[in-house]
Amino acid sequence: MSKEYSIIIGGQAGQGSRKAGLILAKIFKKLGYFVYIYDDYQSLIKGGHNFSQIRISEEPIAGRREKVDMVIALDKKTAEMHRKDLKKEGLMIFNSGKVNEIEGCPVEADKIVKELKGIPIMANTAMIGGFVKIVGISWSIVKGILEKELNKGNNLEIAKAAYDSVDQLLKIEQVSNSKAPQYLMTGNEATALGAAKAGLDMYYAYPMTPASGILHYFAEHQNDLGVLTVQLENEIAVANEAVGSSYAGKRTMIASSSGGFALFSEVISFTAMAEIPLVFINSQRMGPATGVPTYSGQSDLLYCINPGPGDFEKFVAAPATPEETAVWSGRLLNWSWQYQTPSILLIDKELSEGTFSVSKEAFKEIKKEKEILWDKKGDYMRYSINETGISPLAYPGTKGAVVKASSYEHDEGGLTIEENEPLITAMQEKRLRKFELMEKAIDSVEVVAVYGNKSSKTAVISWGFNAGAVREVTEKMGLKFIQPILMSPFPTKQMNKALHGVEKIILVENNALSQLGRVMAGYGIRADKTILKYSSRPFYIEELENRISKLISKK
Amino acid sequence: MENQKVNLETTCPNTWCPGCGDFGILMAFKQAIQEMIANGTPKEDIVIVGDIGCSSKIADYLDLNSFIGLHGRSVSLAEGIKLANPNLKLFAFIGDGGCFDEGISHIIHAAKRNSNIKVILHNNRLFALTTGQFTAVTPKGLKTRSTPEGTIEEPLNILELLLAANASFIARGYSSKVEDLKNLILDADRHKGFSLIEVLQPCVSFYNNIDFYNERVYCGQNPDLSSKDSALKLIREWNYGSEGRIPLGLIYKNERPFFEAETMSGFSRENRFEKCLQTHS
Repeated sequence: MSKEYSIIIGGQAGQGSRKAGLILAKIFKKLGYFVYIYDDYQSLIKGGHNFSQIRISEEPIAGRREKVDMVIALDKKTAEMHRKDLKKEGLMIFNSGKVNEIEGCPVEADKIVKELKGIPIMANTAMIGGFVKIVGISWSIVKGILEKELNKGNNLEIAKAAYDSVDQLLKIEQVSNSKAPQYLMTGNEATALGAAKAGLDMYYAYPMTPASGILHYFAEHQNDLGVLTVQLENEIAVANEAVGSSYAGKRTMIASSSGGFALFSEVISFTAMAEIPLVFINSQRMGPATGVPTYSGQSDLLYCINPGPGDFEKFVAAPATPEETAVWSGRLLNWSWQYQTPSILLIDKELSEGTFSVSKEAFKEIKKEKEILWDKKGDYMRYSINETGISPLAYPGTKGAVVKASSYEHDEGGLTIEENEPLITAMQEKRLRKFELMEKAIDSVEVVAVYGNKSSKTAVISWGFNAGAVREVTEKMGLKFIQPILMSPFPTKQMNKALHGVEKIILVENNALSQLGRVMAGYGIRADKTILKYSSRPFYIEELENRISKLISKK
Repeated sequence: MENQKVNLETTCPNTWCPGCGDFGILMAFKQAIQEMIANGTPKEDIVIVGDIGCSSKIADYLDLNSFIGLHGRSVSLAEGIKLANPNLKLFAFIGDGGCFDEGISHIIHAAKRNSNIKVILHNNRLFALTTGQFTAVTPKGLKTRSTPEGTIEEPLNILELLLAANASFIARGYSSKVEDLKNLILDADRHKGFSLIEVLQPCVSFYNNIDFYNERVYCGQNPDLSSKDSALKLIREWNYGSEGRIPLGLIYKNERPFFEAETMSGFSRENRFEKCLQTHS
């Protein structure tokens, strides 16, 4: 069996547990492990209870375990809350200045910080120092990372003092892995990088968890990535300005979460009518409405497939991993421009804010692909009727072109039409021809991924972030796993191919209504059994294995 | 100059009511555009934006780059185009309902951030294309289809609001005074920053107040255009009710750095993607 460990590190908001978790992740990455960090925090800034679960393995992973090997408690609440999460032989490592535990390994973090005249938050540094010694990681590996990550004050001194103050109890070995990961990043960061590589010019946003990470990343790196980044007064302004920027020829993307995405949806149908390319990101939280703001769900699928009035097609992709979200944010940007259509990237809190090991290969294939531009011959007609239904683009400022776009039904030149029924019909049919091309385009790439035992007659279907856990469990159980990535246009061809020979379908979703189940039913694919979770938290590996096992043993 | 005129006509039939104030705005705008083009502005660099309502039909009647968007969003749409390509000249047409009911947040923020767009407000002081309902600037007591007993709300003094939002150019025109309006549009075009031209525009079908305006409008003079105090004095002469004189002309002007220039300064499109990626190693 491959080596793997799960570690919870927790404390009050403001104690730096997330930062400490991230540093541990970098240490484990250096030891050769694949890393996944699940971040759990509440909608508050100070106090409360935050924790990160760091799972490391020799194999790629993207799911969390119910039982962990170690808990690092920065405060009393963490020790109290997570003792139950420890395996029988698990280890509680705690700050003895905050926690009066009898069982486990105390680290005199507060005392060390005080002696070395550090500030209270540096207790997290001391806990890192203590922890790495306890699990047998050599100081030379830790030192370099701490120097880079915690280069302020006397952090290094504090970590070393804590390191020297405790005894080694076990050994987390270095592993050598040919598939060793190259990058450590969040899904939000991967999404931003994928779009940037595909030529993104502008990014507008209004802050909303868990999509804000994309805004922060672009704001910090706008010059590195060449993406002009602007925060505006509300989501409606964001959406409408983005439409303007796309019309003016700049590749534009906007992101929000569930309720904020609902405000974006004012313009989705507008972009379809005006044939304006634009990428929308919805990083889901558990809904309805404000829902559970800092936790996750998959309850916006039906909404994203039907986000506005009128007859129109759009691309909706629901990637599962940072590699997929990078590729798909780039691809949707290209497709939006090539088909002059809205596209929606549907992710969730876990993918957005989780930290993952990411393959270096992920970004290589992403590139900017050209849109169809006006050939500068004759009079320019923004909505010229042609065979493909894709009228060549020109942008305002182009000599010899008058570029007239509109949210009203319009003639080929973009002027409003009301009386001319045959022309209204012809314009609708022009767009319908384009939708047919979009339906064909999806089969040029893999939009349904298949994993596990491909000859198994039982297939598990799941989507989005769940896929990480489902893939791991189905591979272990010898089942087939089918993951549709594209949700609209629905990939019937690739789904039917993937389902060939399958006799039993188990559908796994993080919502209450089995939204993918409803979508699939519309295309004649019916799940025999459904596993749903709607507590606003993602599946545990063990939980999923148990629930699938029960369904299979019943037959 | 006359013989250099470019053709701005389209094939779209004009559907405004005969006698509508919008004709005056169209005429003034056309003349202003002709002058701009004659003075060297490339026609392709002019973009007009509209939203929903009688005002936005203007985009259909002019052979210029245009984008008709959603109700209340002309200002946002224009800002997005301007930021994407600051070389373009943006004229956003919008009605009082779209601007101060549906989309009020956008004009406040556009003024605050001093976006270099020119907003031309068709103020007929009610919703007209939806057959007459009250807006934020309808005078108190006016009977409309949604307020058959008369509105109970006081109107907003929208210029006072814009002054408070730090709009850097505020002017008022009247659709019956085409030459003056044309000059205000040209002034706004020369101003580097956010500009609002409120145009009093009688609605002949639902609120015909031509006589009221003709009796009260006069050429207002702000002795110190950059003084908010004296601008406010002028603005408060009329609170959108039945009292007071109505000053026309340029009311306030104070140049300061504008949003697009500030945003673009220091921004480079140099792509250092690989460098950025390596920070995740």
